[in-house]
Amino acid sequence: MNDMTPDREERSANLKGMGCSRKRVEDARFTQGKGNYVDDIKLPGMLHGDFVRSPYAHAKVVSVNKEAALALPGVVAVLTAEDLAPLNLHWMPTLAGDKQMVLADGKVLFQGQEVAFVVASDRYIAADAVELVEVEYEELPVITDPFESLKSDVVLRPDLDGQTEGAHGPRKHHNHIFTWEQGDEAGTNQVLDNAEVVAEETMYYHRTHPCPLETCGSVASMDKVNGKLTLWGTFQAPHVVRTVASLLSGIEEHNIRVVSPDIGGGFGNKVGVYPGYVCSIVASIVTGVPVKWVEDRMENLMSTAFARDYHMTGKISATKEGKITGLHCHVTADHGGFDACADPTKFPAGFMNICTGSYDIPVAYLAVDGVYTNKAPGGVSYRCSFRVTEAVYFIERMIEVLAIELDMDAAELRRINFIKKEQFPYTAALGWEYDSGDYHTAWDKALKTVDYDGLRKEQAERVEAFKRGETRKLMGIGLTFFTEIVGAGPVKNCDILGMGMFDSCEIRIHPTGSAIARLGTISQGQGHATTFAQILASEIGISADSITIEEGDTDTAPYGLGTYGSRSTPVAGAATAMAGRKIRAKAQMIAAYLLEVHDDDVEFDIDRFVVKGAPEKFKTMKEIAYAAYNQAIPGIEPGLEAVSYYDPPNMTYPFGAYVCVMDIDVDTGVPEIRRFYALDDCGTRINPMIIEGQIHGGLTEALAVALGQEIAYDDIGNVKTGTLMDFFLPTAWEVPNYETDYTVTPSPHHPIGAKGVGESPHVGGVPCFSNAVQDAFRAFGLRHTNMPHDHWRIWQTANKLGLHE
Amino acid sequence: MSDKMHIKLTVNGEPKEFLAEPRELLIYALREKLDITGPHVGCDTSHCGACTVTLNGKSVKSCTMFVAQANGAEITTIEGIGAPDALHVLQESFKEHHGLQCGFCTPGMITRATKLLEENPSPSEEDVRFGMAGNICRCTGYQNIVKSILAAASEINSAKEAAE
Repeated sequence: MNDMTPDREERSANLKGMGCSRKRVEDARFTQGKGNYVDDIKLPGMLHGDFVRSPYAHAKVVSVNKEAALALPGVVAVLTAEDLAPLNLHWMPTLAGDKQMVLADGKVLFQGQEVAFVVASDRYIAADAVELVEVEYEELPVITDPFESLKSDVVLRPDLDGQTEGAHGPRKHHNHIFTWEQGDEAGTNQVLDNAEVVAEETMYYHRTHPCPLETCGSVASMDKVNGKLTLWGTFQAPHVVRTVASLLSGIEEHNIRVVSPDIGGGFGNKVGVYPGYVCSIVASIVTGVPVKWVEDRMENLMSTAFARDYHMTGKISATKEGKITGLHCHVTADHGGFDACADPTKFPAGFMNICTGSYDIPVAYLAVDGVYTNKAPGGVSYRCSFRVTEAVYFIERMIEVLAIELDMDAAELRRINFIKKEQFPYTAALGWEYDSGDYHTAWDKALKTVDYDGLRKEQAERVEAFKRGETRKLMGIGLTFFTEIVGAGPVKNCDILGMGMFDSCEIRIHPTGSAIARLGTISQGQGHATTFAQILASEIGISADSITIEEGDTDTAPYGLGTYGSRSTPVAGAATAMAGRKIRAKAQMIAAYLLEVHDDDVEFDIDRFVVKGAPEKFKTMKEIAYAAYNQAIPGIEPGLEAVSYYDPPNMTYPFGAYVCVMDIDVDTGVPEIRRFYALDDCGTRINPMIIEGQIHGGLTEALAVALGQEIAYDDIGNVKTGTLMDFFLPTAWEVPNYETDYTVTPSPHHPIGAKGVGESPHVGGVPCFSNAVQDAFRAFGLRHTNMPHDHWRIWQTANKLGLHE
Repeated sequence: MSDKMHIKLTVNGEPKEFLAEPRELLIYALREKLDITGPHVGCDTSHCGACTVTLNGKSVKSCTMFVAQANGAEITTIEGIGAPDALHVLQESFKEHHGLQCGFCTPGMITRATKLLEENPSPSEEDVRFGMAGNICRCTGYQNIVKSILAAASEINSAKEAAE
C-alpha cells in the first residue's frame, strides 16, 4: 500500500489531510468583517451593564448610594452586593478553590475591584450612571509585596479569619494561601551541601497580562417564559462556564445554553469566570431582558487575569565538569486579593514542577508559597500550559548562571545534561513522565544552522572592539532549550472544579458523504475549523473541504474542558482521531457487506475500502455513507455517527531549541534583534502553515514580556500600566522576522503522535530573549538581572556595570 | 447628555442619516447605530487600530473621533472593501499567506493596508512595517501580515503593468 501511484497520490492530495498547509476556512468571514464576536451581538431590548470600580487598592466600603444614578433617565438597575446576597451570588467560587467577591462585600482588595453594576439602556448612559453612584470608602493599609504581606498584621481576608486550612493544606499566616511541595527536600539539600559547585540566584518573573485584542464580555438572555438562560461570552471553556453558571444560579444545567462566538484572542485571559459574567446573568434575570457587559481595555488590564508574578529562588549543583547533580527551587507567588489562579485542582502552582527542564537531574525539590496582596486576582497561564513559562524561565536562567559559575559555554553545559533519547519515557525527579524526545539532535541542528561557534567568535571580537572604544554596541547570544508539558490531562490527576480534563468529538457523516464534527474545545484564532477537519480527513477518507467543524455551543457540542494549555490537539485532537476510527470501523463493516466479503477481507485505502489483493473492487467513503442511510444491512444500525470522549493517558512534552542574536546599544539601552531561530518539535505536524503562524505569534508575545510588558503597581496599589500607552504590545515596527525549523518526534501515546504547539514559542521565547540581553553583558560581569528588559532597565544595567564611564 | 445632532454620512457608498449625541464616538455610531460591526474596539486609546476606517480618503481610528466631527464624511469600512464573490487583492492575500488568526484586528489591518498601498504602491518591507505600526495584532507576530501586504502590492502592480 505504500507505493503511491499517481492515482493514489491525487486521491490523497484531494483529502487535504494531515501534513498539508491547507488554507484556513475561517478566513473568508474574518477578512470581510463578518466575524461574530460577543460585542457584535445585538438583541431586541438589550441593556448595557457597566461597573463602578474601586479607586482604592484596600478599603472598607462604608456605603453605596444609588439614588442619583437610578434617577438618571435610561438607568434600569444598580446592583450591589446587598442585592446579590439574597441569591447567594455576592461571592463566587474561584477555579483555585478560593472564593471571590462578585461585588464588593464590605471591602475592596484591589484597585479596579467591582463595587456596583449599573444597567442602562445604552453604554453611554451606563457610563454616566457609574459616575453618579456615590461610594464612601475608608482607606486601609495597602500591601503590594508578598514578602511584606507574610509579615504584616494587616488581615487582607477577614472572611477567612480562623481558617488555618485552605484548599491546598495548612495556611501559615493570615495572608498565606498555601504551600505546595514537590520532590525530595532532604535528598536535594544533602546533594547541594556536598556539591563541588553550587550556583544560587534569585529572580522575579514580573506580573504581566495576556491582553488579547478583544477584551472580555458577555451577553446574558434569560427567557422567563421557557425558563432558559442563554449566555454568549468570551469563554475559553464554555462547558465549564455552563456548569459553574448552573451551580451558582440554581438553574438546571439543561436550561442553560452557553455560546462562545468568535473569540478575538484568548491567551489565558478568557479561562476564568469573572464578576461581569455573573452580573450580566443576574441583571438579565432581574430585568427580564438581555444584558450585555463588555469591559474596556483599562478594566481588562486592571481586573481580569494577570499572569506570572513569581519570586523565584534557585540553587543548582554540579560537578566541576558541569554534570548537574541537584536542583532546589522556592517560589513566593503573588496571587493578589483572591486566589483565582486557573490551574487543575491538584496543582496550585500549575506544572511549575516541570522546572527540571530538559535535563537529567537526579534529585530536585520545589516549594511554592501562595500569598494574598492588594493586587488583582488572576494567575492565568498566558500563552503557556499552567505555570510552564515560569518553570522554563527559571531553569533556563539557572543554567546560564551555572555556566557563569563554571566558566563554561552555556550551549555545551546544556548538551552534557540533556536527557538522552534512549532514556525516554523518562521520569523526572519531580515526577513527570516525559513521553518522547530527541534533544541532542534538535540542539545540534539549531547550533549548526546559526553557526554557533562563529557567533561566539564574533561576540568575543565585539567585546574587544568595545573595550578599545571602537563600538558602543554589545552582542548577546540568547540560548534556550525548553520542554513543555501540555495537553492536560489525565482525568486521574487533572480536573477543574471536579470535572476531569478529558475532551471530546462527535461526528455525523451525512448521506451524501460530507460531515459535521463538533468538539468540546473552542478556537480563539488557532484555526481549529481547518486543522481538525484535516485530522478527520486522514482518518475517515472524506475531504477536509467536505467537513464542517463546530465548537463553542454547549447545546450542540459534546462536553469538553475547552481550549488553553495547548490541550486542543493533544486531547480534543486525539478524541477526533478516535471518533474517526469508530466511523471507519463501522464503514468497514458496511463496505464488506456491499462487496460481499468478510469484514477482515477489506482494508482502508485513503478514501475507500478495497478488497485485499483486489484493489479494483472497492467502495468509496461516499458510497459507504450513502449505504449507511439507505440500505437495510443485517446486524448494523442505520446511520454513520460516532462520539469519543478521550482521557489522555499522559501529557505530551513538546520541546524546542531557540537561538536569538541581539545587538545592544549601551548608551540608549535599545536592543536590536538580528536573528531569531526557532526549532520546534511538536510531534506529528498537522498543518505546517498554521504551526509557523503560531510560532511567529508566540515569539512576539514572548518578545513583549521579555522586553517591556508588565503590570506594575505603585506603593499604594495604583495600577501604573492600565492602558496601551504604558502596557507594551509590540507593533510591526518592533518585531523581527523569525526563522522556523523543526524536528519530528511523535508522541508515543497520542493516536496521531501530535503534541501541541501554540504555546511552545512563548514558553521558549521568553527565556531566549532574556538570555540574549543578559548574555551581552556576561563579559562585563553580569550574572542576572530581572525582566522586563525595557530600554531604561537595559541602560541601567550598562550603567551599573560601569559601561558609561 | 446633550441634544442630539442630525448626522449624515456616506458609508461604503450608501447615504446614512441618524440622530446622535455629539459626544458619541464614530466607532459606536458605526457599530451600534448602523450595524457595521467589522471595525472593532480594542483599546480606547488609539493604539491598536482595530477600529480603523477610511474617512475622506485617510486612515482614521474611529474610536478617537466624535461622530459629530465626521458629519458629512465619506467613510469606507472593511464591509466596503471587496465582495464575497470579488474579494479585494488584500483580502485574498491575507488568506493566502496566513496573515490572520483570531481575526479581530483583521478588518482594521486590511482597511489600513488599502490606504498604505494607495499612499505607496511599491513599499519596501520597512515601509510596510512602519506604515502598519498603528495597527496591533496579538496573534500573528506580523511576519505573515507583512508578507500578505507585500504580495498584494506586487500583484496589484503586475496587474497594472499587464493592463498598460
